[in-house]
Amino acid sequence: MSEQTAVAERGPQAAQVDRPGQNVTGEPGRGRKALDGTLNVFSHAFLVVWGLLTALPLLWVVLSSFKDDAEILGDPWGLPSALRFDNFARAWTHGHIGQYFVNTGIVLLGSLTLTMLLGATAAYALARYKFLGSRLVYFVFVGGMMFPVVLAFVPLFKIVGGVGLRDTLPGLMLIYTAYSLPFTVFFLTAFFRTLPDAVAEAAYIDGCGPFRTFFRVMLPMAKPGLISVGIFNFLGHWNQYLLPVVLITSDEKQVLAQGLANLAISEGYRGDYSRLFAGLTLAMLPVLVVYAVFQRQVQSGLTAGQMK
Amino acid sequence: MRHGKYPLLAAFLLPPLALYGYFVVSPYAQSFLIAMTDWQGLSPAYEFVGFDNFKRMVGDEYVWNALLNNLWLLVLLPLLTIALGLFLATMLNVGGRGGRSTVTGVRGSGLYKVIYFAPQMLSVSIVGVLWAEVYNPRSGLVNSALRAVGLDGLAKVWLGDPAYAFWAVLAVMVWANVGFYVVLFGAAMQSVPRDIYEAAALDGSSRLNTLVRITIPLLWDTIQVAWVYLAILALDGFALIHVMTRGGPNFSTDVVGLRLYTEAFGDYKWGYASAIGVVMFFVTLSVTVLSLRLTRRERIELS
Repeated sequence: MSEQTAVAERGPQAAQVDRPGQNVTGEPGRGRKALDGTLNVFSHAFLVVWGLLTALPLLWVVLSSFKDDAEILGDPWGLPSALRFDNFARAWTHGHIGQYFVNTGIVLLGSLTLTMLLGATAAYALARYKFLGSRLVYFVFVGGMMFPVVLAFVPLFKIVGGVGLRDTLPGLMLIYTAYSLPFTVFFLTAFFRTLPDAVAEAAYIDGCGPFRTFFRVMLPMAKPGLISVGIFNFLGHWNQYLLPVVLITSDEKQVLAQGLANLAISEGYRGDYSRLFAGLTLAMLPVLVVYAVFQRQVQSGLTAGQMK
Repeated sequence: MRHGKYPLLAAFLLPPLALYGYFVVSPYAQSFLIAMTDWQGLSPAYEFVGFDNFKRMVGDEYVWNALLNNLWLLVLLPLLTIALGLFLATMLNVGGRGGRSTVTGVRGSGLYKVIYFAPQMLSVSIVGVLWAEVYNPRSGLVNSALRAVGLDGLAKVWLGDPAYAFWAVLAVMVWANVGFYVVLFGAAMQSVPRDIYEAAALDGSSRLNTLVRITIPLLWDTIQVAWVYLAILALDGFALIHVMTRGGPNFSTDVVGLRLYTEAFGDYKWGYASAIGVVMFFVTLSVTVLSLRLTRRERIELS
């Protein structure tokens, strides 16, 4: 139980730790503030420099997406002379960014649902029940994390082609799910083990069958863990590049990450830079907006994922 | 609890196991077998050739070149990322010092964290395309900034010159990953009791001294995890390099993963490509085990 609450409250806890510190620097009188200021000038300079290095390229892409090609090529640091929204329209239709968005959305809807469902059920079975070979099954799942995905490229290409799923979106859904299972099972097994036995037993005494116990009692209790691993998988699937590069060949089936990279190559030849920048902005903004809104949860979800 | 155990186990375990076995376990296992054949991909016929592919690899300068690039990344990526991450996290979390030796984060540390972490949200393909434009010799941010301050001589064809391409790609990898470790190290630093830092500050310990003598030992577990994770990342690197340079110019940014991909889907040498994958697996495995061993230290228990 204690571990569960630790994971669950990591976000808010971090927030609480942060705040007193900031109050100390923020609240005291003027004299101390001035002293604080001189001491912090140096460290602030470094922080600002790295902040600019991070933010400038992103801002530059957004600004460039409103420019025309002459401005992009002739005055890279200048502001756009007008807000040219038609760049976005061209990227969306002629650049196929719209199609890529739809494809990515479809794949993600399926792959994320499947990953969470199969991952949670497998993890629950492995965490709550002992049976012959249960440890072996667990290690087979978790062992998958040790292999570089490129090792599977050649056989996977053949296997997926063999069942007619190459170059299809359902194929991508299944493959994303399969390759997300090791981490998802690993993370959720650890999580389900921290949930108290007493609750499941109480549900059983009250006449709740094992399936109902899982869906009505245990799954809601595992919500914090599901959210963490859900965010992790969402970003992983949204950003996936390796698997589509091997499995998707036709242009109209590509997902965003892959389509954008191809757009960059073709724009290089054709010289339609404004469309490329508009496409980049379109691909970039949704995740950045989601991130800006949920940044605490995203940060704690991803770092928790790493430390497990 | 024993009641109806097997229906649940079957329903909960068989579907994920089937999917996982068919699309993950089986390809990994098959690649070890294909590595022993001369399979050319396009034709269904192939012969078992034992370790011939591996013997050929020993004399393949392209594989060695790619492996060497991976090894450079293996040394430089964790080193630069962790050093920069620790430095920035220190500044953010214990960099500010109040009047009476109180140790706090600098003002606005939350905002910095949000900005630093942002690249972590972007897919490798966005990062790659974005930086290819930033490095664009004619209209990119880097060269136009250099020209604007009169340093025209320093403006290079960053991704088109074998002398600079590798470093340009390495810089992007560091750029994309530092923010994550600032947040990770920051969270670990928050769990170190304040009074340790305050005592150090009272005793006149400089920031660098505090970092080396207090923060790094106390954060060692986290640093170790970071090291292993970045090492695995350095041994891969396929996606970003596939987007940015395709291994060029003149193979200066080629990595093992990309070599495999080129052999498999450029030349259809499936047997040879799988053999490269097998080598990559063993290299990754031994690097992981080695770095866990080499960085093992006695754990410092707080409280």
